Parts: sequence; C-alpha cells; structure tokens
Amino acid sequence: MSKFKKKKSGELPAISTASLPDIVFMLLFFFMVVTVLRDTNLLVQNQLPKADQVEKLKKDRAVYIYAGKPSSRYQDVFGTEGRIQIGDKYTSIDNIGLALEEARRKLLPELQDKVYVALKVDGETNTGLVSDIKQVLRERNLLKIIYITTPGNQLNN
Amino acid sequence: MGRRATPEVNAGSMADIAFLLLIFFLVTTTIEKDKGIARQLPPIEPPTETPPLIKEKNLFIVNVNKDDQLLVEDNLMELKDLRQAAIDFLDNGGAPSGSPEYCNYCKGARNPSSSDNPDKAVISVQNDRLTSYEMYIAVQNELVAAYNFLRDRESQRLYGWKFTEVNKAINEGSFKGNEDAAKEKLEAIQKLFPLKLS
Repeated sequence: MSKFKKKKSGELPAISTASLPDIVFMLLFFFMVVTVLRDTNLLVQNQLPKADQVEKLKKDRAVYIYAGKPSSRYQDVFGTEGRIQIGDKYTSIDNIGLALEEARRKLLPELQDKVYVALKVDGETNTGLVSDIKQVLRERNLLKIIYITTPGNQLNN
Repeated sequence: MGRRATPEVNAGSMADIAFLLLIFFLVTTTIEKDKGIARQLPPIEPPTETPPLIKEKNLFIVNVNKDDQLLVEDNLMELKDLRQAAIDFLDNGGAPSGSPEYCNYCKGARNPSSSDNPDKAVISVQNDRLTSYEMYIAVQNELVAAYNFLRDRESQRLYGWKFTEVNKAINEGSFKGNEDAAKEKLEAIQKLFPLKLS
C-alpha cells in the first residue's frame, strides 16, 4: 500500500522559463507589424477640436487635408496666417482641387468613388478658411467630408 | 593541432534583448484611429432653380458671431443650452392632430408657432468668417447630439435598443444578429428624424 506514497517530495518543481523568449518575440513581431509610422510630415499646428458625437473614418478611402497656423519652426518664413496642407506641402486655395485629385489617385480604384475628405483643422483656425475649402470641394463634387476631432467635449473642459 | 570545438553562444540574454525591442515598439506605437463628425455637402445646384420655400416656423437658425457668441432664434444663448433647445425644436410636432403632417411620436410642447414635424424641421447654422473652428465644431457636435438623443429615444421605444449603439456596432462589424434587419430598422428611425442640418 505504501507503494503509491513513495514519490512524494515536499518541493514544487521550478517553472521552466525556456519559452519566455518565444513569447516575447511573438509579442514583438505583433507590435512591429501593427506599428504604422506617420507618412505625412505636419507643417501646420494641429490641435483638433473636441467632440463626442463621432463616427469612425474608414482609412482606406480617405484623403486628408490639414489646415492651421504654420508650425512654430516655419512661422518666420510663412507667417501666422492659417494655411492648408495636403500631402507634404502647403497648398493654396486654388490648388486644392489638383492636389486632392493627386491624392485620390493613390487610393484603390474601386474605392475612388467613395472617397471621404478628412479635414484635420486646428481649433484656432477661422471658419472662413474651412468654408473656402468646402466651397472648392463642392465644385469638385467631393461631397462626403468628415471633420476629424479628438474625444472629449467642448462644454466640460 | 588539436581542433577545438566552437564554444556555444550563450542565448540567455536573448529574452532581455527581445524585451528591450518589445518595449521600444510598445512605447512608439500609436494606434491611430481617426474619428469625427461626418457631413454630406450640398451639391452646387443650377442657378435657375428656385430654392424650396421653408416656412419660418420650421427653421431653427443658429448664428455664431466672430466672438464665438451664439444667437439662436434671435436670442443669445449659452452653448450648454443649445442641445436642449434643438431637441425642443425638432420634437415639437406643432401640426394639429388630424392634419396629414401630424407627428404622432413627438413628445414636445406642440407649440403651433414652432416646427410642424421633424421631417419639416430644418436647422440652419450661420457663421462668421472669423468664428473659431473650435466653436463651429462644438455647435455641430451639440446639434448632432440632439438628433442622436431623439433617434435613441425612438429606437428604444420601437425596438428596445439604442440607435447610436447599434449603428456603431454595425460599423465596427461587431453586431450580433441579423444585420440586414437591423439596418432596415435604422433607416426607419432615420426617416422619423432625418438629419436636416445646413
């Protein structure tokens, strides 16, 4: 009867850590794959306004327009008047259409008709600039726009 | 010459190196998610067309001046009161009962001098060129919130769920159940309170 009790020793076996590097590498690869480095270089200040009644933007069909004051390091060259940025450069209001067309061509062909124009505009910009952009968009028949905001509410900040 | 066996490389510090890289990527990753207020711009209409007539009582005019002050229906108003004012206007249902425009789901004051029904009610935002964009978005946000509040209320009453929650679930692909049926119901709710905002 005492046969079955023989192996009992008081100590717990040590947990093997041999697979720890594997687990860590797995996590590492996951983060390396999901990490997206910014593709555009911001030339304008971009403190987005707050809103909470928001919808998600489908990224694969979006064209971005940035607007706001030039960033502090460009201010001595370009002044402090609100400016528009598409891609990597400043664009004047007359050239928005062409610049947008260029950006739109980079999307997948089947999504080019469903394009959303994402407006990332600094909170301190005058609305007049936004109205000008919207007027050009109407002329270009790009009617779906989305004002990108940050989570929060203007009322209780 | 005696051939020496190549010494084994010590792999014990591999985990440390991997951890270091992992922490670097963890810190630098910003999973960007862009969210915002979506709008459909009106197309440019041919100049010959006469604009449709809208009765003055069905129009809710929000005016924002260059100092970011609000003038709603000719009264000064604080931003925090705008949402309730918009809800009251949309939900008013002023058309008399029995008339074809009567709104049977409205719970508002039924004031005959305010909007007839939510389908007729139009909110118009007018702003100065010097209005700050921050204020403009805040106003848009409050007005969308008013619509969402009413749509949530109706979907809660008719189907037992909230419009905004189901809409979000469908957009994110995490909706459980019959998606087409839910979409139809969403459209029905949208018809009860169509977004008429310019």
